[in-house]
Amino acid sequence: MIHFVLSISRQGKVRLTKWYSPYSQKERIKVIRELSGMILTRGPKLCNVVEWRGFKVVYRRYAGLYFCMCINQEDNELEILEIIQYFVETLNRYFGTVCELDLIFHFHKTYYILDEILIAGELQESSKKIVHRLIDAQDLLVEAAKEKENTVSYIVAQVAN
Amino acid sequence: MLALKQLHDQESKNDKKRRLHSSCAGHFIKSHNSNLEQLKTIGRELAMGSQGGFGQSKEFLDLVKSIGEARSKSEEDRIVLREIETLKRRINEPDIPKRKMKEYIIRLVYIEMLGHDASFGYIHAVKMTHDDSVLLKRTGYLAVTLFLNEDHDLIILIVNTIQKDLRSDNYLVVCAALNACCKLINEETIPAVLQQVVELLGHQKEAVRKKAVMALHSFHHKSPSSVNHLISNFRKKLADNDPGVMGATLFPLYDLITIDVNPHKDLVASFVNILKQVAERRLPKTYDYHQTPAPFIQIKLLKILALLGSGDKKSSEQMYTVIGDIMRKSDTASNIGNAILYECICCISSIQPSPKLLETAADAIANFLKSDSHNLKYMGIDALGRLIRISPDIAEQHQLAVIDCLEDPDDTLKRKTFELLYKMTKSSNVEVIVDRMIDYMISINDNHYKTETASRCVELAEQFAPSNHWFIQTMNKVFQHAGDLVNPKVAHNLMRLIAEGFGEDDDTADSQLRLSAVESYLKIVDEPKLPSAFLQVICWVLGEYGTADGKYSASYISGKLCDVAEAHSTDDIVKGYAVTALMKVYCFERAAGRKTSLLPECQSLLEELSASHSSDLQQRAYEFRAILDLDTNAIENIMPLDASCEDIEIDKNLSFLDDYVQKSIEQGAEPYIPESERSGTLNISKIRNHNSYEHSTHSLRFEAYEVPKPVVPTNIPTTVTYPTDLVPVTVSEPSYQPSVQPTWPLVPVSDAGSGSVSGSSELKLRLDGVQKKWGKPTYSSGASSSASNFESNRTMVNGAPQPDTVISKPHAPRQSHVEVSEEKQKLAASLFGGTTSRSERKQSGGATGHSKVSRITNPGEDKVRPATVTAVVQPPPPDLLDLGEPVADTSGYSSTVDPFKQLEGLLDLSQDVNAASASASAAATTGATASNDPDLLSLYSGIDTVGNQNLTSMNGSVNPTKRTTSLTKGPNLKDALDKDALVRQMGVNPTSQNPNLFSDLLG
Repeated sequence: MIHFVLSISRQGKVRLTKWYSPYSQKERIKVIRELSGMILTRGPKLCNVVEWRGFKVVYRRYAGLYFCMCINQEDNELEILEIIQYFVETLNRYFGTVCELDLIFHFHKTYYILDEILIAGELQESSKKIVHRLIDAQDLLVEAAKEKENTVSYIVAQVAN
Repeated sequence: MLALKQLHDQESKNDKKRRLHSSCAGHFIKSHNSNLEQLKTIGRELAMGSQGGFGQSKEFLDLVKSIGEARSKSEEDRIVLREIETLKRRINEPDIPKRKMKEYIIRLVYIEMLGHDASFGYIHAVKMTHDDSVLLKRTGYLAVTLFLNEDHDLIILIVNTIQKDLRSDNYLVVCAALNACCKLINEETIPAVLQQVVELLGHQKEAVRKKAVMALHSFHHKSPSSVNHLISNFRKKLADNDPGVMGATLFPLYDLITIDVNPHKDLVASFVNILKQVAERRLPKTYDYHQTPAPFIQIKLLKILALLGSGDKKSSEQMYTVIGDIMRKSDTASNIGNAILYECICCISSIQPSPKLLETAADAIANFLKSDSHNLKYMGIDALGRLIRISPDIAEQHQLAVIDCLEDPDDTLKRKTFELLYKMTKSSNVEVIVDRMIDYMISINDNHYKTETASRCVELAEQFAPSNHWFIQTMNKVFQHAGDLVNPKVAHNLMRLIAEGFGEDDDTADSQLRLSAVESYLKIVDEPKLPSAFLQVICWVLGEYGTADGKYSASYISGKLCDVAEAHSTDDIVKGYAVTALMKVYCFERAAGRKTSLLPECQSLLEELSASHSSDLQQRAYEFRAILDLDTNAIENIMPLDASCEDIEIDKNLSFLDDYVQKSIEQGAEPYIPESERSGTLNISKIRNHNSYEHSTHSLRFEAYEVPKPVVPTNIPTTVTYPTDLVPVTVSEPSYQPSVQPTWPLVPVSDAGSGSVSGSSELKLRLDGVQKKWGKPTYSSGASSSASNFESNRTMVNGAPQPDTVISKPHAPRQSHVEVSEEKQKLAASLFGGTTSRSERKQSGGATGHSKVSRITNPGEDKVRPATVTAVVQPPPPDLLDLGEPVADTSGYSSTVDPFKQLEGLLDLSQDVNAASASASAAATTGATASNDPDLLSLYSGIDTVGNQNLTSMNGSVNPTKRTTSLTKGPNLKDALDKDALVRQMGVNPTSQNPNLFSDLLG
């Protein structure tokens, strides 16, 4: 089971956090501090795994951004490494050559995408196509809602004026 | 107006992917007459709107930007705190437009993500889930799932909405509600939604069915009993015609099977069948990942089979063929292929062994260990640890690889290797391994692993100690360096062990053990900064055995004990131990008939402690003083010599008081009424239970509170054991540690097998987990039996490594195995316990390598092997995940070159060329600045972490995918240009703060 997903920039800035196991706000801060201290200082070519508090944290670096997932001892590290890759590929497809900036300004969308890939700390869908289809469907829905809302608000604004 | 036109152009270019705000037109008209400044701002907002996601206000974007540019954590904190103030004020204003509120909620999510408390706005997020608009509802759900843990009080306010949304006609709303279910529904609220979720298992949309399965899976996590009756539903969903739903069902089934295998044995055939179909690519192509058919489903199935086949020959036999097939087919050049391979090895080591599969697994492990990739080595070491349980001699072939890993600068790899060593410890190599582990333990700062390593050392030392002397020395080292970290039980175990000896009926051995303990402690005791737990052990042992064989005088021991008490004056527990030890030394002297008087420092210590703030210390001091006045006979009864192992009978009924009670009653005293029979008072324990229950579940109380009543001590029986009178009831143990009574099962420790595990089960809690993970209880006994096989070699092997146990760690660059350093060979010999000489060992290592090559019958793998050899000769491709220098990752965007200029140039190209060729030209251009461009592309195809794949084989298979991926990626250049134009408008400048922000994540 994945306990949490973190995305930290090389400077230690948090870009995404998703907690599947309960952690209090205080613990979360501590976890992030501890892990960024451990992971960001690791040299290249080392294992993409660090052992931490009896768990394993698998991380993978993309440009200046680290994606980390915390898993149990008995989980398969290579699989998690590929789940991270899968997530980033999905982001890439959604944003079109994704870069860190996309995640910064669209962080809520990143969460929605993550919600289609992972659920309750497990991989819920391993078909990229289906994930994309679901995300697109949601976007359409949101777009429709937005349009409706906009026209209404527009009318209201007109009336108010 | 020109700017607007430009924007228009841009939008029409983008409309394929980016969507327009319908309100744009309105903005245009409005802004037409306003001044230029306003025009610019609106234009900027418009551009953001046209980008689809940047729908937030400028205020928010500025916040994100300023945080992005913050130079320090404190600056960031300042910005966030200011933002919190703003939001606190704004969010409570009346009549906030919903859209505004939505943005506030997203801003709350942002500050919460940055580690600040946004709890003041939680209630608004909860309210937003109630909204009818899908847009707002979705935001609300997103926020609450990020904000709230399952035990939050506000959840009760969402349950109703979730119920409503689970009934929605819009399947996306149902999906959102199910997502929320997974995170928010807790044990208490499961019943409120369970029925609905179960019904959704039959929903027509597969996305809903899948999420419903996962929701039930999370319910099972939170409260197994709540969904136990649904097992049949899960089994049914296994046959769902959507592979996604089937894949999701594996999660709850895996959990159920973990809990109890037996009811699911009949599913073995189904799982094998599914796995076979998956491996044969019968699933839709969309489940392929990097050309591997549904690897994530394969891995989960292998995990399940590992459980089902464990210790079950019949089930295991059904799996052999499919596992063999998968291993043969797996693509060792890709990460995901290796993930499957690793899972196969795990499965093979868990099910009933099959010689043929074991051989395949051993080959796969050999390849892992030979790899240049640290990840694969790590997996190889782990897999080796699993397999040696079944075939203990497999480790021998890989000894040099293991030693390389042990000396690797990568701490993760090192740690994993220690785990392997821990598992392959036997009496022939225990000394080397434990010494290494202790060295490592001293070198690390991480308390968690220090503790773990320490308890492993203790465990190994207890199981395999070759001599008493070594054992005591080892324990001293462990305690000296990690005494405060190890479980206090370890200290008590050590005391017990010294008291009981090694279980043989050999009194001289026992007394030798004690003597060597006493000697070493006397040497150590003056050192500063000893951990408290260790001092306790020292005091106890000195008190009990310090004077036992007459080598040290009572006054010498007493002096040392007084020193301890003085040097550690702040540690009451140590002082308590010291005083009791002093008392013992005094008593034993008196009992032996020698005339003794207290040392002056001892006397002053007693005086000091008699006035101590600690009642425990006071009591000890007074007890000691009382003893001073007793005669020899009484003392002998109070403090019998070497009686720490004897049981003390405690008369729980206090029968010795019967006479006194009888007399009192005769004299007219009230008879004692047991608590439970007293009328008017309620059963206290019941109330306490009730209270604790209430506390833990937060459930509402419906009965009135009880009438308060006088406090009655609830644990009367236990107070009896407390030495309230002058005669100490416990002879050797401090009164506040009643758990360390010698009434524990006394298990001979040297029996190494399951006995010692059960005897000290409490102390090895963490290790139990490890053992469970790595194998069945048979493991330890198996190891010990194999140890006896090695007993014959032992003397010789022990002789050799002893002097060089502390081996310096020269970090010679990795060389071919032919030139292995002497020390490594020595280490190998001592670790792997072979009888062969060094040169022979080296040769045999090479020989096994050769024999393995010849053993391979599969032509496919045969082809791979020479290729990997050539790959070693070539300089390894740079590991793209861990690009060391930012310059390298930002290739085209390196800060010396203006990225926009480049991009503008590219735009001209891309306008009349199709997307694919545009991206190709982009590759060419970036290639000019960074020479490792092809690697950047190969990163995308996901074969990067495998450092050692050979380039030749890659080129064949990967090139086509490279092309297709760049096709699917769409018009990168245009997108990139748009993005940059946009952020430039917002004032984020790639050359200013962090050029990394602009580099594409996927190369």
